[in-house]
This record gives sequence, structure tokens and C-alpha cells, in this order.
Amino acid sequence: MSDRKLTMSEALREAMSIALDERPEVFILGEDIGIYGGAFGVTGDLYHRYGKERIRDTPISELGIVGTAVGAGLSGMRPIVEIQFSDFTAQAMDQIVNQAAKIHFMVGGGLHVPLVLRTASGSGTGAAAQHSQSLEGWFANVPGLKVVIPSSPYEAKGLLLSAIDDPNPVIFLEHKLLYKVAGSEDVPEGAYRIPLGVSRVVREGKDLTVVATGIMVTRVLAAAAELDKEGINITLIDPRTISPLDMEPVYASLAKTGRLMVVQEAPEHGGFINEVIARVVTGPSLGHLIAPVTRLAGMNVPIPYAPQLEKAAVPQVEDIIKQAREVVVNWR
Amino acid sequence: MMHGTMHLSIGQEASPVGVCMALNLEDQITSTHRGHGHCIAKGADPVRMVAELLGKENGYCGGRGGSMHIADVETGNLGANGIVGGGIPIAVGAALSSQLMKKGTVVISFFGDGAMNEGAFHEAANLASIWKLPVVFICENNGYGMSSSTELAFNLEKLSDRGLGYGIPGITLDGNDVSAVYEATEAAVKRAKSGEGPTLLEFVTYRWKGHSRSDKNLYRTKEEIDEWKTKDPILHFEHVVVERGLLTEADIAQQHRLATEQVIAAVNEAMKGKPADPAGLLDAVFKKVSA
Ligand SMILES: Cc1ncc(C[n+]2csc(CCOP(=O)(O)OP(=O)(O)O)c2C)c(N)n1
Ligand SMILES: [Mg+2]
Repeated sequence: MSDRKLTMSEALREAMSIALDERPEVFILGEDIGIYGGAFGVTGDLYHRYGKERIRDTPISELGIVGTAVGAGLSGMRPIVEIQFSDFTAQAMDQIVNQAAKIHFMVGGGLHVPLVLRTASGSGTGAAAQHSQSLEGWFANVPGLKVVIPSSPYEAKGLLLSAIDDPNPVIFLEHKLLYKVAGSEDVPEGAYRIPLGVSRVVREGKDLTVVATGIMVTRVLAAAAELDKEGINITLIDPRTISPLDMEPVYASLAKTGRLMVVQEAPEHGGFINEVIARVVTGPSLGHLIAPVTRLAGMNVPIPYAPQLEKAAVPQVEDIIKQAREVVVNWR
Repeated sequence: MMHGTMHLSIGQEASPVGVCMALNLEDQITSTHRGHGHCIAKGADPVRMVAELLGKENGYCGGRGGSMHIADVETGNLGANGIVGGGIPIAVGAALSSQLMKKGTVVISFFGDGAMNEGAFHEAANLASIWKLPVVFICENNGYGMSSSTELAFNLEKLSDRGLGYGIPGITLDGNDVSAVYEATEAAVKRAKSGEGPTLLEFVTYRWKGHSRSDKNLYRTKEEIDEWKTKDPILHFEHVVVERGLLTEADIAQQHRLATEQVIAAVNEAMKGKPADPAGLLDAVFKKVSA
């Protein structure tokens, strides 16, 4: 196959284009997704290719957008919602949490809501406290929502196509810093699907099992390359969907490494990584642990503005190297 | 030099200036992501403002907030806001405080045309009206919410008609005429302070620059932008005062010089500030509980 290194924006656009071609009931709605091409350029030229009915610009009305998508979804359409920044899901939370997530259950199965909510997540752009959050933990705590966090263009395309196929509401969290970065893997041109709820072993190493998602996958990979030089070898597991969560590869890896480190950008308190730890220490891996479990997360602060503050608030490559080295060296 | 994004209000100067002229120091405002003008007009110190944009310890938010979150409590600016419409209910709440505590002050809620389609506007407007709160809603209608023109986002000629549904008088005015802005605000402030409740003022204006740094202006024409540049509120004002013999061309040139000098001095002074220190991050999350 020829070289196809896409950015995550391009890969996501390809997935949406395939879905728009495959299914007449797919349409996209959100703010500035038309001529503007999306706040982060993800919808790009789709407006010109599919027209304003299917690439539907909305007023600034997040609650209305998501609510309309819920109604359209449960009555035959298959909406993809774009919310510019994940922080603004807060405006739409009633429709996400009390409506979309629960309708299938509440009515006893007679209705379901195929809906994908794509939104930009994470810090690193200087957009400060209301435009930089990592809110995956909120959604993972709501039964009825699936939560996907792609870590590369290849993953993003395959996961988005599965999310669109899924008959349930799926929250799809895209890290802003990944949008414009070309991936290292080729992205096949046609359709391919990566199932939701299957973790991926990104790399294998004998000393330490690291679980991370999204941008942290990139940072752990960079850290792992450095640690290889010191003879410390990391296994990296990317759950890809944090709800449902596939722990089997983590258990299998811990049987070999005996050491666990979990990494997330979101604040540590109440974060998703704690669920991973809980499953490890209450599950089949407890007996395999030869070192205390270690976690590295964002500080329990709103994301600050100044670049030096923003960097300090969330895990960087150097932080990962240091903490991974410590747990391996101290627990030989 | 500057981190992150920012939203300029070049072309929209008449609204912040005309509105804030009708206020006392004790009167309060809530501002928006496009808040530099509101901040300056309410009396902020340009040095601390620029220091914030540069992420300095002596910035208004200690480098934690940046352009979108500048607040200046001393001059009654309760803060810019990164959430479209987020400040509107807060203004209503501040007006409730004013009423309950008999402060005799008014609160100005600045927001854009786009914000009027958020639920927050509607709920806040109704509460303010039924409780006759001392708040003035100022819609700075610059024709667009990012790329959405008001024609696409509203099925209304005048956005001020939205007041009707809540029992609030709504008035639409030329938002590039600083005197008209001032007079309308003064009347609405008087009404609010005398216990008659809120007014909705729509100031029609135009943003010259892109929405933010990343805007490619694909949704409007260069002709449209150029046409609005001829309606520059500052030029308009200068023209009027010269015509009426209140100022000379030389006076105006002098004012331009002074303003430029002030900005340059503020930038130079702000650059000397200490960069915000990550060591203090955790201290800033909660206000200390006093013993
Ligand atoms: C709740 C929310 N939705 C969307 C955005 C993204 N956004 C920031 S400014 C803006 C346009 C706002 O338009 P308007 O209220 O007319 O203000 P203007 O920018 O024209 O001054 C949008 C969509 C946001 N910051 N908050
Ligand atoms: Mg506007």
C-alpha cells in the first residue's frame, strides 16, 4: 500500500465522509462546521461535498444541538454532533446524561439513541480553564454512555466508524494537540473498523505496564524510547474506549511485568485511572504485583493560562520518565 | 509573544466606551471572551492587563486566566468569560445582590449576538424581568457569532425584539455611534436603578478582525469588511466633534499620540513583570477558609 500518513483531523474527516456515503441517515450538526470547516478544521470541506442539509451549521445552542440529535437519533437518523470544546458539553449535560444515556434503559428497550458526540479535549493550547479540560471521567461515570479516546490518526478513523455504527450514544474525545500531527502508521483509504471495548497493546516491554489514552499515549511512547536506552522496557496499553473498559491485556501484561503505572491528563482526584487501579487491586492481577501501583495525573487544578503554568499542571514526557524509572529501579 | 487565542474588539469601541461612561465605579459589568474593550472602558490598569496576556505574576489573574478570564474587581468588572452566554445569569445574580443589599447600583451584562441563542440568556432574562432587577442587557451585535451570521442564526430583524417575550423593553441602535450608545445606556441605567427592571439594548456594530487568531474569514467578503471600516466608530466620533467645533484636528492627533504612548508604556512595563510561578498553582484553587 502506498504511503498514507494523515493527521487526525484528516482521518476523522475520512471516517465521516465514508459514513455519509454509506448511510443516508448520517448527518453532522454543530457550530461553525460548515463554511468555516469546524473550530479545529475537522469537518473541512465536507460542507462543500455534502451540502448544508447534512453538514448542518447551528446557532450557539449546545443544549439544543444535543437534544435535537437525541430526538433525531431515536427516530431513525444517525447524527454526529460536533461540540467545539469538550468544556461546552456542560451546557448540554441534561441531554447527554439524563436523556441520551438513559432513554433506552428507561423505556425498557423500545427506543435507542445512535448518536456520536465528537468534541475537542485537553490542554496545551493556552486556552485556559474553560477550554482545556479532560472530562472523560464525567462521562465514564454515566451508565449508558460509551467513551472513546483515540490516540492516533489510524485509531481515530477506525474507532469513529465503529462509533457511528454503534446503536448507543458515544462520546468521542479528540485531543487538540493531536489534530494537526501526522501519525506514524499509514491510514488505509477505505473503510476499516476498530471495535469499541478492545484495548490495544501499543508496545511490549518486560519491566513495567503503563496504561494511558489519547495524547498520553504519545508522551508515554516518547518516554519509553528514552527508558529503552537505560534498559528499562515498558509495555504500553491504550484502552481506546474507557467505557466499556477491556482490562484483559492489562492483566496479561501484569503477569509478566508485575509493575503498573497509570497516566492521565485529567486531574487525579476521581479520575478514570483510579478505575484501572481499582480493577487491578481487586482483580486477578493483585498477586502478580511486585511493586506499589503508581499513578501520574494532572494536578487538581483548573488548567491555567501561562505556558509555564499550563505545562506544570499536566504530565509531560520528563515526568513520565522520572516516575517510571523510579518504580522500576526501586522495586527490582 | 502571546500564548493562546484572543478576540479583538477593533471596530466595536463605541459600545464599551459609551456604556461605561454611563456608569459609576460601584456599578458592575460582566464581560465576554471579546472583553478587552469592556475591561479598559471600566477603568482597568493597562499594565496589569497586558501583564496578564503575557502570563506574568502581576497580571490581573496572576497569569492563570489570560485574555478570556480577566476580571478587575476594584473597577466592578466581574470578569470576561470563555463560555458564550456564561456571564448573563451571573449579571442577573449580581443585580439580585444589589437589590437585596440595597446597593443602588446597576449591573451591565455584555454579550454578543450569538449568545442570545444560548439557554442561559433566556432563563436569565426572565428572572431579571419577573424580579425587576437592576440589570441592563447589552447585546453587541457584530453580525456574526464566529462564522454564523445573524441572518442564519435568527429569524428576526431586530434581536432586541427578544425582550418582548420576557416583558423587557428592547431597543436597537447604531452601535458605532458612541453618543447614542451613551444616551440609551444612561436611560436604561436610570430605569434599572429606580426599580423598574431590565432593558435590552442591541448595539449594531461590526468586528473588523477575524473571530480569533485562527479565523480565515471564509464566511464574509472583503467588500463587506471594507464597507464597515468606513463606519468606524472612532472616525465617526472625531468627525462629529470637529464639525461641532469641540475639538480641533490637532487635538485629535494629540489624543492618538497619547493613547499610543500609553499602550507602548503598558507593554514595556508589563514585560518587566515576573513570570507566573507554577509553585503557587495549588494554592490558588480554593479560597482559604479563615479560622
Ligand atoms: C458555550 C460556548 N459555545 C461555543 C463557544 C465557542 N465560541 C466562542 S466565541 C463564539 C462566538 C460568539 O459569538 P457572539 O456571542 O456573537 O460574540 P462575538 O464573538 O461576535 O463577539 C463561539 C461559538 C464558547 N466559547 N462557549
Ligand atoms: Mg457576534
